[in-house]
Amino acid sequence: MKKAESIILLIILVFLAIFPLIFSNPSTTSVAFFAVIFAVAAAGWNIFSGYTGYVSLGYAVFSGVGAYSLALICQKWNIAGGYTPFAFVLVAGLIAAVFALPVGWIILRTRRHVFVVVTVATLFIMQLLAYNLEGFTGGSAGITLPLPSWTGDFFNMPFYYGALILLVVAVSVSWLIRHSKFGLGLLAIREDEDRARSLGINTTMYKLIALMISAFFAGTVGAMISYFTSTVFPAEAFDPLFDIAVALMAFFGGVGTLAGPIIGALLLETLQQYMSLQFSTVGLDLILFGGLLLVVILLLPEGIVPSLFKLVSKMRASHESTPIPSSSAESTDSERLAVKEGKNG
Amino acid sequence: MILECEHVVAGYDGSDILKGLSFSLEKGTTTCIVGPNGAGKSTVLRVLSGLLKTRQGKVIFNGQSLAGRSTSQILSLGIVQVPQEHSLFPEMTVKENVRLGGYLLRDNALVNKRLQEVEELFPLVKERASERAVNLSGGQRRLIEFARALMLDPTLILLDEPSMGLDPKTLKQIFDSMKAMQEIGKTILLVEQNVRAGLSVATHGLVLESGKVRMEGSAQDVLHNPEIGSLYLGGTVK
Repeated sequence: MKKAESIILLIILVFLAIFPLIFSNPSTTSVAFFAVIFAVAAAGWNIFSGYTGYVSLGYAVFSGVGAYSLALICQKWNIAGGYTPFAFVLVAGLIAAVFALPVGWIILRTRRHVFVVVTVATLFIMQLLAYNLEGFTGGSAGITLPLPSWTGDFFNMPFYYGALILLVVAVSVSWLIRHSKFGLGLLAIREDEDRARSLGINTTMYKLIALMISAFFAGTVGAMISYFTSTVFPAEAFDPLFDIAVALMAFFGGVGTLAGPIIGALLLETLQQYMSLQFSTVGLDLILFGGLLLVVILLLPEGIVPSLFKLVSKMRASHESTPIPSSSAESTDSERLAVKEGKNG
Repeated sequence: MILECEHVVAGYDGSDILKGLSFSLEKGTTTCIVGPNGAGKSTVLRVLSGLLKTRQGKVIFNGQSLAGRSTSQILSLGIVQVPQEHSLFPEMTVKENVRLGGYLLRDNALVNKRLQEVEELFPLVKERASERAVNLSGGQRRLIEFARALMLDPTLILLDEPSMGLDPKTLKQIFDSMKAMQEIGKTILLVEQNVRAGLSVATHGLVLESGKVRMEGSAQDVLHNPEIGSLYLGGTVK
């Protein structure tokens, strides 16, 4: 199944790479940019919350730090719009990762429901700080980022491919972690933290490292979105809806899996953007979106990827357990051999 | 002597369970601890694995004191415990579970070598490698726990009631596996409610009562002691 998941991911990435060449309409590529950047967010969220089981609803703390970091870098160093700010997106990610160290040191003293509540509280503390530290963040007026001078048709392309590069990095890091000793330790923490510790796993350090890696991607996402929209405000940078959306995307696709959060983000963000465009005037988009989520939770509680894999396993098992009629046993064996040879050949 | 406990006092929430316990283990032996409920059998294992700190007394393993050492440091010294309750990670595969047993090893080649050795001793590890642990039966889980315990190539293995909740057929498999571990030179300290079965697989017996050693000796001596027989074996052994 791991191999199948890797193949699915590869197909998705190839499709995303050629997508703007097929659908070049700016409104379509704008939706695609948000879908891809949210896929980065969901993959990053999954590295900490999916692998360790610590469900964070304060992921926007780090995306907000990334957004403000890029805005302040551009403002203080007079960086003009264009390709240069993209290089600082990585710096914004690193700042968010470093910021995760003291935050994690505090919030990771809690577990389960308390941890979820503490992450939400941290988010609102950050939002309040952003509103009140006016000299630093610009308060409610926010900070304006430089606007690239690209034409309307081309404008979305650098952002889209920038987001896609981040997605490739996020997928690669997720894959490497999942197949490493470190990843095995994180999964053990998710299953039973005390047992993991009794086997010699340094659970505190592992959780902190996973949070920092996760925060790096959140920081880059925040920076990319703020550069794309050319502004950063406290309410948008530290938005609780961002957290809920990212968590839902991961759960929708399959939390803790490689491909799940990415598939969830690509489907849900595209749908949300489409519905917002089509029905936002009457608020129908939110009703439809909420209804759809309820249906998915009822029918696929584990998410798309695990449910599909379970279905495939069941079908395989039922196929293998089908009794072979004794009279035709010989012919069935030869048919099987032919099929096997056909497959190999 | 591989392990020496001298006048150990330990317990929970202010009350002492072990009240000056002293005993020693020879290398390569299997010692079965028997005794009534509350005698401190499982507490001994918790002290040795570092899950419970001693209040008084000394625990010397291979010439080194265990005082103040963390569970992972004790693991590194070569003491592993298979707890009473099932301790596999249910959603992880059998192979992942076993590999986690060697988590403290830094050399990946050594982990693979140990895995291969463990697979030879417990063929189930290879047969069900990609199966999630949750799908295994109680006895199979216990065997995988034994396999996981061997990944660090420990000197001393602590087994806390390995037969609990298992049917007689599976029980035989579990005790056969313990014999296999004996044959490769492991020292085993076993706590077992099934006194007769535990002592029959052990070389030595240790009878605990109220946190102290009431009797120690060869497993056969303990098993055939009339007093022990009447107390713990229903008075059938004379």
